Amino acid sequence: MKTYNTDVTIIGGGAAGLAAAIEVNKGGKEVLILERGIELGGILMQCIHNGFGIKEFNKELTGPEYAQKFINEVNQLNIPYKLDTIVIEITLDKKIYAVNKIEGLIEINSKTIILAMGCRERTRGAINVPGFRPAGIFTAGQAQRFVNIEGYLPGKNIVILGSGDIGMIMARRLTWEGCNVKAVVEIQPYVSGLLRNEIQCLEDYGIPLITNYSLTKIHGKNRVKGVTISKVDRNFDRIIGSDQFIECDTLLLSVGLIPENELTRIAGAEISSMGGPIVDNNLETTLEGVFACGNVLQVHDLVDLVTAESKRAGRNAIEYINKRYKKKLKGIEKIHLSAGHNINYVKPDNICLGEILGEIIINFRVKNPDRRIQINIKDETNKTLYKKKKSYVIPSEMIELKINLNNMELNPKCNGLIVEVIPQLEPLIE
Amino acid sequence: MSSSEIYDIIIIGGGVIGCSIARALCKYELKICLLEKEADIAMGTTKANSGVVHAGYAAERKFTKRNLCIRGNKLYSEAVKELNFPFKRMGSFVVAFKVEEIKLLEEIRKRGIEDGILDLELILEKQRIKRMEPNISDDIIGVLHAPSAGIVSPYEMTFALAQNAAMNSVKFFRSQEVIKIDHSDYIFTITTQRNEFKSLNVINCAGLYSAKISKMLGLDYFDITPRKGEYVLFDRNTIQLNKILFPTPTKISKGILVCPTFHGNAFAGPNAQNITDIEDTSTTTAGLKEVLEGAKKIVPNLPLRASIRNFAGLRAVPSTYDFIIDNTDIYGFINVAGILSPGLTSSYAIAEKVIDFLELLGVELKVKEDYNPYRPKPERFTDFSKKELDKKIKEDSSWGRIICRCETISEKEILNAIQGPIGATTIDGVKFRCRAGMGRCQSGFCRPRVMEILSREMKLPYQAITKKGDDTNILIAKTKDLLLKEIIKKEIQK
Ligand SMILES: Cc1cc2nc3c(=O)[nH]c(=O)nc-3n(C[C@H](O)[C@H](O)[C@H](O)COP(=O)(O)OP(=O)(O)OC[C@H]3O[C@@H](n4cnc5c(N)ncnc54)[C@H](O)[C@@H]3O)c2cc1C
Ligand SMILES: Cc1cc2nc3c(=O)[nH]c(=O)nc-3n(C[C@H](O)[C@H](O)[C@H](O)COP(=O)(O)OP(=O)(O)OC[C@H]3O[C@@H](n4cnc5c(N)ncnc54)[C@H](O)[C@@H]3O)c2cc1C
Repeated sequence: MKTYNTDVTIIGGGAAGLAAAIEVNKGGKEVLILERGIELGGILMQCIHNGFGIKEFNKELTGPEYAQKFINEVNQLNIPYKLDTIVIEITLDKKIYAVNKIEGLIEINSKTIILAMGCRERTRGAINVPGFRPAGIFTAGQAQRFVNIEGYLPGKNIVILGSGDIGMIMARRLTWEGCNVKAVVEIQPYVSGLLRNEIQCLEDYGIPLITNYSLTKIHGKNRVKGVTISKVDRNFDRIIGSDQFIECDTLLLSVGLIPENELTRIAGAEISSMGGPIVDNNLETTLEGVFACGNVLQVHDLVDLVTAESKRAGRNAIEYINKRYKKKLKGIEKIHLSAGHNINYVKPDNICLGEILGEIIINFRVKNPDRRIQINIKDETNKTLYKKKKSYVIPSEMIELKINLNNMELNPKCNGLIVEVIPQLEPLIE
Repeated sequence: MSSSEIYDIIIIGGGVIGCSIARALCKYELKICLLEKEADIAMGTTKANSGVVHAGYAAERKFTKRNLCIRGNKLYSEAVKELNFPFKRMGSFVVAFKVEEIKLLEEIRKRGIEDGILDLELILEKQRIKRMEPNISDDIIGVLHAPSAGIVSPYEMTFALAQNAAMNSVKFFRSQEVIKIDHSDYIFTITTQRNEFKSLNVINCAGLYSAKISKMLGLDYFDITPRKGEYVLFDRNTIQLNKILFPTPTKISKGILVCPTFHGNAFAGPNAQNITDIEDTSTTTAGLKEVLEGAKKIVPNLPLRASIRNFAGLRAVPSTYDFIIDNTDIYGFINVAGILSPGLTSSYAIAEKVIDFLELLGVELKVKEDYNPYRPKPERFTDFSKKELDKKIKEDSSWGRIICRCETISEKEILNAIQGPIGATTIDGVKFRCRAGMGRCQSGFCRPRVMEILSREMKLPYQAITKKGDDTNILIAKTKDLLLKEIIKKEIQK
């Protein structure tokens, strides 16, 4: 068995892994990227639409263009990576086991690990869509792969369940291919993806968006023959008599993404209820020296934020090696950050005190859309330590706050902070 | 196939029943073939059921299925040694919430012991029950424990049976739907949509279609009606069940159970819905709700958010409510029909019974000298130690490429599924043989790769790869094909 030693091992060579690797290399540490695909770039390689890089490069790139910038840099810096190499296990003492066809089983010993495994799509089974189980049912990302990478069409007459970004992008992509996208069906009263995709991918092509409807039956034993959709009430229960049949040969599902954390679980890190690992403000998981960034931590809608987050993970890994490796800092006090009113999840889960803090970044998503709101951070005594106004919030947009704990009047005995989104108390002055 | 070839025995139907009969008969010097209408064997009721190897106390004494089930359960111990399929005797609980139910369970226990299920035990100490199965509801007051009950992967067992039969020279013909049977001069001529087969004896194991097959020869002494059972399957490692959990049975059904699978998933189901369409394996909103509500009564902490698939199977319910296994009025034609639950458990005992019938028919049963009862266990990436793995990859590099990430299935396992005896020709065929695509992402990631391997191995274009045979192609055209077609159409119109 071949053994490697390095400072930092990065699992996953997508946007997150690439940015983290470059940062680690620039900080003078050794790094190795392990990627199970046959090329670097991750999910970006099948996202041939534009809309990437507005924050990072100030221009609109396609997914592969965005990825290539990082791949080029990885090559220029001679950062080692292994392709077609899948990590199968991370042990408690941070040994990584991976396999590939050429080397067989490999063992990697490293001082730190950065998890950057991305996410996977929710499936029909996860949302329990009833009906037959014929050919012609795809997750939107899988269909995207078939069209953009393999060069094949999944079908001709198409219904898309769920208005996630990938679904809307595929609605447009398939329309360009001469397919007939009959409808995008969404159970919520609003679109679950970004507004710009609703306009540019659906409205501009006259693709009907049917909200407050769910799929109640898939027809066809061999190939999809159609779907029945039904209007739902506030509890998402089907309203009797509202059934509608749509003839189609293909059904795409765009019903959400789930961080891919099987390895994280094997390694023994704690996972939060939203699927990503529990991390502190250094992006360190509950396993010492194991960091997480990108979609494996939280599902991002903008790659630019993935890049920024992953650079932070890279820097923190270096920091960890320089300062803390081998002389464990014991008993760091942590305060817990939790989700309050209208908050779906918040990252990080914990904030470490007693370190030079400065600015920390908080990400969260709301549960429901709202207008004229106020974001509050409160302590356990209900004292508001931070507030910010915003004209609207929607679940599809991950919100990022930069806060400075040094500027806050933090009670020394404070154990927890709560983030909430509530209607504005005072009139909006902008 | 020359139509002059005359088989001693033709088996119609490649479900667990047809395959266990084929396997039982393959040790004799007989010329046997099996005809299956689907693109693969084990794709009927055999692939969508609870996979419980019942202890055998459930059916009423008047039914033959009771004795066949009790005997069938015992025969699993021998079979699993020879055929190496996934099977585990983990024991079952029938749970009681009310005093009347305890009384019923005690009766069931007594009768079971009289009939040879000696280890049945009524447990009333709640603490002990909870220790044995911590997930069970706090509201239960007692359970009937049947240690000999087990779980089996029904399709993997069926592939094992068929492969062993094929190793012993039984021929398997798939995509051969029997549409007509003639009988004259003691020879049966069976017509499929593609070929004609001749045989001295015919065994009808066509499951839901067994009445239809029987009627082809004018034998219409029974009918089969489908009864649907729906299931919800949960991700691996989201709940660890030690026991198969049944509610106390009613007159109509064994009820909705909560059960582990051999591979570490859990499932809830089935309900029981009488339907008319023999093809209707669709799941329904109401059915799935019924299943989950029923299951939650027994296991309140069922991981509802971790469901990965729902499916339905159809019980072939005969008008007699009992297995129909008999030598018919037509000499040489044996019906093995209406094999509803516990058909899977009974399969080995049913095969024994069929052998008795063949003896009565005067078929000469001489054991082959080179009969090999063993089917080797399929090698699995996840079964290897680290050292073995490294060695395996060096011997054959396709062990080193993981295709299905959720179940950790390597390219080699997929190649074995395709190249082995009665190999897979479809995506479902690969999935049911080696589990690629069965995990939480439900083939979202591995499907393009599996298609690529199938296309390479079968020398078929990528686009020709199907989910489960005719009319189930995954892809319809190359990109730009639809656009080109439109352009050409417009040009022609001009
Ligand atoms: C379809 C789609 C459309 C999008 N559109 C836009 C857009 O228009 N604009 C925008 O800014 N952002 C967009 N995004 C968001 C952004 O592109 C992604 O969030 C970002 O690329 C995710 O990067 P990642 O590295 O976290 O994940 P990934 O790109 O998924 O990378 C993870 C990598 O890890 C590898 N891996 C996983 N497990 C293992 C293992 N065990 N061993 C080895 N390797 C492993 C995977 O093969 C993969 O390459 C889109 C995202 C998707 C999915
Ligand atoms: C919901 C449910 C739960 C169950 N749970 C259990 C359980 O826990 N334990 C247990 O012991 N049993 C259980 N059973 C019963 C068990 O599944 C069946 O008894 C068993 O699978 C029957 O196998 P079979 O081979 O008779 O039928 P099938 O698997 O249906 O096989 C019949 C085959 O014949 C083929 N065929 C049909 N017509 C033709 C034709 N014209 N030409 C060629 N081929 C043809 C079909 O395609 C099919 O492959 C359950 C059944 C159901 C539905």
